[in-house]
Amino acid sequence: MPPHAWLLLGIYLVVLLALVKPVGAYLAAIVEGRSTLALRLGSPIENVIYRIGGVRKNEEMGWLPYALAILLFNLLGALAVYALQRLQLALPLNPQAMTNVSADSSFNTAISFVTNTNWQGYGGESTMSYLTQMLGLAVQNFFSAATGIAVAIALIRGFARHTAKTIGNAWVDLTRITLYVLLPMSLVYAVFLIGQGVIQNFDAYKAVTTVEVTNYSTPNLDAAGQPLKDDKGNAITGAATTPIQTLPMGPIASQEAIKMLGTNGGGFLNANSAHPYENPTPLSNFVQMLSIFLIPGALCLTFGRMVGDERQGWALLATMTLMFAVMAVAAMYFEQQGNPLIGKLGVDQSLTALQAGGNMEGKETRFGIADSGLFATITTLASCGAVNGMHDSFTPLGGLVPLWNMMLGEVVFGGVGSGLYGMLVFAVMAVFIAGLMIGRTPEYIGKKIEAFDMKMVSIAILVTPLLALAGTAIAVMAVDGRATLYNPGAHGFSEVLYAFTSAANNNGSAFAGLGTNTPFYNVMLGIAMWFGRFGVIVPVLAIAGSLAAKKRIAVTAGTMPTHGPLFVMLLIGTVVLVGALNYVPALALGPVVEQLMLWH
Amino acid sequence: MKTLLRPAISLFILLSLITGFAYPLLVTGIGKAVFPDQAAGSLIIQHGKPVGSTLIGQNFSGPKYFWGRLSATGRYPYNAGASSGSNLGPLNPALIDAVKGRIDALKAADPNNMLPIPADLVTASGSGLDPHISPAAADYQLLRIATARSIPAERLKALVAANTEGRQWGAFGEPRVNVLGLNLALDALVAK
Repeated sequence: MPPHAWLLLGIYLVVLLALVKPVGAYLAAIVEGRSTLALRLGSPIENVIYRIGGVRKNEEMGWLPYALAILLFNLLGALAVYALQRLQLALPLNPQAMTNVSADSSFNTAISFVTNTNWQGYGGESTMSYLTQMLGLAVQNFFSAATGIAVAIALIRGFARHTAKTIGNAWVDLTRITLYVLLPMSLVYAVFLIGQGVIQNFDAYKAVTTVEVTNYSTPNLDAAGQPLKDDKGNAITGAATTPIQTLPMGPIASQEAIKMLGTNGGGFLNANSAHPYENPTPLSNFVQMLSIFLIPGALCLTFGRMVGDERQGWALLATMTLMFAVMAVAAMYFEQQGNPLIGKLGVDQSLTALQAGGNMEGKETRFGIADSGLFATITTLASCGAVNGMHDSFTPLGGLVPLWNMMLGEVVFGGVGSGLYGMLVFAVMAVFIAGLMIGRTPEYIGKKIEAFDMKMVSIAILVTPLLALAGTAIAVMAVDGRATLYNPGAHGFSEVLYAFTSAANNNGSAFAGLGTNTPFYNVMLGIAMWFGRFGVIVPVLAIAGSLAAKKRIAVTAGTMPTHGPLFVMLLIGTVVLVGALNYVPALALGPVVEQLMLWH
Repeated sequence: MKTLLRPAISLFILLSLITGFAYPLLVTGIGKAVFPDQAAGSLIIQHGKPVGSTLIGQNFSGPKYFWGRLSATGRYPYNAGASSGSNLGPLNPALIDAVKGRIDALKAADPNNMLPIPADLVTASGSGLDPHISPAAADYQLLRIATARSIPAERLKALVAANTEGRQWGAFGEPRVNVLGLNLALDALVAK
């Protein structure tokens, strides 16, 4: 790996680790309702919201009402996003007269944005009106992020409290996280992005006359609008020219900010953060990468603070950071190797002072290999799913990294909130395994881990691999599933595996060649996303309720410490063995076979 | 359940208005006041008409212009209404065909050029709208354009350098040349 790549990774880690502590402390203050400046300034608005909603802010909920509130709030979100897409032609703020979105695509997108997945079967600039983007999709970027954080906070309270019946008030948590955490951070961030060149307006798309006329070939159509084919079934094409380029417009910066901060990842435009209007400069790219990990990293320290032992938070953060560094180096290394088939054609893929070299297919010149490889690692370890280069065109092992990252279960930083509660579930699993080995009742943060807790932990850990692998199996057996494969051979299988892994783990990035805007994939992936999200959230809240009710047990000489390097290693082992080993046979069929074919 | 319905609906509507209307409108207002050019798309205006954006690449295929990255956007290259990468996998024969096609076009336009061809010049970008090429890719094309326009190569080198940005702080991004900016500067040079 070249020096600038090491430097990039080093600066990234330093800035990230410097920021997580203050943000983590702020988050703790907000959710604990301590008197901060933000809470004092916002309380008039907050109180109006509670009065209209009939919310008694000091009245807390048990885990079941908390879970029902979260489910209901998200169900309303899904209905609203679905309705906005189905009716957008009749609604305002649609200067390009985007037609109403099909039922199956709307279903998929509604679930996708509510579950913090932001899987996109559509191309933003050619599908969604400005109203659908800002009032449907961007709002869910806020709400799904707030949902994830709220659930994580509820689980933390489960550890922090003892002999308690309640785990917080869902309405107050959702409101405060949205108003005092996500909104102010997004506002500052969005203005910064505009300064870098991200657009923010409500204009119609702008046609510009290009310097050269563009010549291209286009399929000839018959009277019914179907492409004409010759005897061999090849499309007959004719020459065409265009003197103009139509630049997309829209309120992008405001959506971009929460897209990254909330680990949502759904682009306003089809090319996502590879598009110069979403991610124009290397600096905007760096800040985007930073903003993906910021809240997931900070929440580890929020956890430490709230359970009264900051070392516990640092141990989780250390676990995540170590795993991240290894994966980042791997992605950057493999992409720098380039494509031997292109090298054979006499193309120079070496890294020099004048070019990035490596595998540049699907990558932007301004980002090159290091910034693209690092971004791909971050966006898939966190359940963000924004991309600044096309993962489908990565080298086999370079593409295995994002796939494997998602298979870890989105717990290494992970989604906002979902990363922490996922990692805590693995931490409970780790102490359980350790307890079995030494023959003691497992305990974590002063709580005895019992049968009910382990049942819920098992459900939370197993639901995503089940959805991902069963979904992949069904899709590759079904005619409809195979019909829209884009790349031939092992890579086509990887596309399907990537799609279901991404959906079930609520990541949202794609091997985007696979044609997924079909009824088959829209429905299948929609189901995977919904259960991959709430099939974890509900058991996690059940654990929270169970833990909150338990007594706190004192630390004795026999207590296994969960803040040292030994526990960090145990946790890494658990995540890798329990989380990702499920997928190894499937990986062997996809990227591993492809690697052997490419380099043999 | 009924006790949950009223707060759910009220919160949903009120917080939607704040995050879905007030927030984007506020950002738009601040953007217009502080960064009006960037908020409007970093447009390049010539003779009162927009001819492009500094951030969005355009398609160039004539011998007198620097060419950019390959573009896999919908329907035609550099279609800013349908951004997209090629999504071709590393073993896909279509990828190798596209690379070969570009090599042939480069060789046809410049048969005597024996320099190795830089990777970014034969591959499609992620957005399909990449405004940049590597300095190596600009160097590769330099003599072709100097000959086609009868400009001294030294002068052209200075023009390329003027449209080149380095790696930021030695760590962020890659050295790059803005293709549209460079080609507009070329045309301005000849017009003088």
